[in-house]
Amino acid sequence: MTTLAAVPRNAEGFLERVEDWDRDIAREIAREAGIPELSDRHWLVVNYMRDTYIATGSAPTIRTLGKESGVQVKELYALFPKGPAKLAAKIGGIPKPKGCI
Amino acid sequence: MSPEFTQGQGAAATMEPQPITKVSIIVSKGWLDGVYPALIMANGARMEGIEANVFFTFFGMDAINKARHDAIKVATVGNPGLHLMTWLGGVPGMSALVTRQMMKQMEKLDIPPIPEFLELIADSGGKLYACKASVEMFGLTKDDFIPQVEDIITVGEFYAMAAGGQIIFT
Repeated sequence: MTTLAAVPRNAEGFLERVEDWDRDIAREIAREAGIPELSDRHWLVVNYMRDTYIATGSAPTIRTLGKESGVQVKELYALFPKGPAKLAAKIGGIPKPKGCI
Repeated sequence: MSPEFTQGQGAAATMEPQPITKVSIIVSKGWLDGVYPALIMANGARMEGIEANVFFTFFGMDAINKARHDAIKVATVGNPGLHLMTWLGGVPGMSALVTRQMMKQMEKLDIPPIPEFLELIADSGGKLYACKASVEMFGLTKDDFIPQVEDIITVGEFYAMAAGGQIIFT
């Protein structure tokens, strides 16, 4: 098992390398961000973010996330209160989303 | 330079900048380039976990008016940012054409049309308000607005709500 402390991260806590990620690391980042337990709904979002990033090279916008991840915007904010797109990206081990939307 | 001034400057330099935790945005214009920046900034605030209020006043209320917000356009007359000749801006259909082109560009960037954008902001926990004085002036009621509008409030109530945060006027 890899631990979070062993993988390189940037100043904001995002993983430097997408391939360092695993589910244990995701749980550790979540706990650090104040989410003690990742539910199935959290995983749905995190996996969608990660899959989209790996497939397209960029993270989805909050609009796309709400429409296509299977979790609507209201619930996204309930699951990840301090900004769903950025937090789900961090937990998913992908870079911080760059867009304004 | 007076000693007091030097002292003041020194104190400011050592103060840590505090993160923004709340923004209250005032929308007073009813054309596209008056409305979109406000919505983008409100949504952007929510994306960062920042509390966001949007206060619609004067013609800005068109953005939350059910009957009008689908038809908000770019003003092509008297809008120097477009670099159009003045007479060309007034040609019938020019405003619709420019608006269509701009919307197409925004859709590419995943920026939603105004009605959907307002829903997105409300679903994100951003609060939408209409200005009481403007509502009375235009003879409107809460029924004229989209259901996501939280309330019709006075300027005093707006300031009370904005307390402790930043106020942005677009």
